[in-house]
Amino acid sequence: MIGIHNLTKISDHEWEIPQSFRVDMRVPVRLFATLELLEQIIDDQSLEQAVNTATLPGLVGHVVVMPDIHQGYGIPIGGVAATEFPQGVISPGGVGYDINCGVRLLASDIEYEAALPHLDALATLLDRNCPSGVGVEGVVRVSIPELDQILREGSRWALKNGYASQSDLLRTEEGGCLVGARPDKVSERAKKRGHEQIGSVGAGNHFIEVDVVENIFDLQTAHSFGLRQRCLALQIHCGSRGLGHQVCTDYVQELQAAVRRYGIELPDRELVCAPMDSPEGQAYLGAMRAAANFAFANRQILAHSARRAFEQVFAGKLTGWELRQVYDITHNMGKIETHEVDSKQIKVCVHRKGATRAFGPGSSDLPAEYKNTGQPVLVPGSMGTASWVLVGTSESMLHSFGSSCHGAGRTMSRARAKREMRGEELRREMEARGIRVRAGSMSGLAEEAPQAYKDVDAVVETVCVAGLARKVARLRPVAVVKG
Amino acid sequence: MGFEEVAHTADWALRVWAVDLPGLFPEAARGMYALAGVKPVEGAARSAPVPQERVSFSKNTKKIRQFTADAPDIESLLVAFLSELVYVAEQEKLMYTGLVVGLFKSPEGWSLKVDLEAAPIVAINKAIKAVTYHNLHIQQTARGYEAEIVFDV
Repeated sequence: MIGIHNLTKISDHEWEIPQSFRVDMRVPVRLFATLELLEQIIDDQSLEQAVNTATLPGLVGHVVVMPDIHQGYGIPIGGVAATEFPQGVISPGGVGYDINCGVRLLASDIEYEAALPHLDALATLLDRNCPSGVGVEGVVRVSIPELDQILREGSRWALKNGYASQSDLLRTEEGGCLVGARPDKVSERAKKRGHEQIGSVGAGNHFIEVDVVENIFDLQTAHSFGLRQRCLALQIHCGSRGLGHQVCTDYVQELQAAVRRYGIELPDRELVCAPMDSPEGQAYLGAMRAAANFAFANRQILAHSARRAFEQVFAGKLTGWELRQVYDITHNMGKIETHEVDSKQIKVCVHRKGATRAFGPGSSDLPAEYKNTGQPVLVPGSMGTASWVLVGTSESMLHSFGSSCHGAGRTMSRARAKREMRGEELRREMEARGIRVRAGSMSGLAEEAPQAYKDVDAVVETVCVAGLARKVARLRPVAVVKG
Repeated sequence: MGFEEVAHTADWALRVWAVDLPGLFPEAARGMYALAGVKPVEGAARSAPVPQERVSFSKNTKKIRQFTADAPDIESLLVAFLSELVYVAEQEKLMYTGLVVGLFKSPEGWSLKVDLEAAPIVAINKAIKAVTYHNLHIQQTARGYEAEIVFDV
């Protein structure tokens, strides 16, 4: 196990595992965390996984680890690794099984006090309109040929079919569609898993949540984002469902042979990879983009369903009830971007696994309305706790390949959480605090208890002190829908 | 033979053991079903969520097909086998009981042949997204053959 004594302290919130720590490391590991967070982080294998990640061929700069890091497969959750394009590798384990798991935030002008009498009804309708839970199908049924269109077009398909507005797409990372998606590289099995799940939340740590914008730290940026203090907002957290899981499963299995073919030695089989310019690398890249587009479309349709719930509850009773998109971000993805490394601009594949893009002001990848501010960075807290809206910074480009944290990060196993917490007790406690809960599984609720996660305020404070992002607003939950 | 849940920060992990390699596969399946809280229809074979009990055939089981897989190593074969069960549980709402396993080693790697009998599923408590290679090493121990399997949930 790697201990604190193995780290070189750079500052109170930045540490390094030097490249010399292990002979097969190609780059160092740079970790953003306070000492207090570090004492939680060293309890699992996440730092070992970060060191393993540093062995991938084609890495540039350093492997970055966020303060919400925890153990995953291959690259740890909260990890960022950039490989030089096109000869460096791309790794499915660097993206994750839930390709394009991400968060969408929508805002309204509904004042919390005025909404209070209607929140129970809203929670119930959101639960009804936005299916969640194990084995639950989505609200939209498509044929396999139509699914191929979704895999190619993502949110653009949703726009063509009346589930989105142009503004929604502008305020979605990549406009809700990764170019270069290859539906033909997605297996029939993955398509069968996905074609009935469009417009569904899933289970586990995925959710729909109604929040109040409680604190604003940057009034001008909050205004640009469309956030108003004491007004309702809505978060949607989910990904590519069974389709994405199967794509990752398929390619983790297929690339086991590719690493032998290309003479790549790996300390962890979940780090399997292939050079991006190889047929295998290109196939995964195309399939990953297709799965990512599925997730964009999925969150778009859920947003449409959530808007209907808001309309059903508030239309005719309150004004300003329409939900407007703030942003949609991905926190599991591999993207081809240009970054400065050793004073040179180079094209890289940035693997972000449990990490969020955090581009700052002036970035050409941002929509016009966010070019002056930088992009929204959405950081949902653990269930029943605060969530954060941050804004990206120029400094993040220098320190973390334009990346920031993605959430609170687990500290406790699901088994232990279920032993120590009771779902029904947790629900009562949340309801007593004014948070309406609609949950399909009490044991699932127990697994997601806030005690099982790090303190999201501490995580956010760390990335902000490190300059990777800036605080804009803090959200407080008032209704949670979970599978 | 047997299985037990082991701690994992964000997902589920299982330690499974059997006296021989062919026995490890159905035991891993039983453990996986137990973790997922798979409930078969009334009258079908009893299995999850009662751990350590041997599953039995019932008149409601039916032979579906023969599953075959080839892989360069035994761990990849186990992942392929369990991944098939995950897929069939999710898509066809079927769980496998009374498994018969044929396991062959050749110069190219390993081959698996399974005559599958299945029972309809009433409910699944937990969604298993994928079977991972994380920390997966099938080893010979005092209990026979043993492995730790991590499932993405």
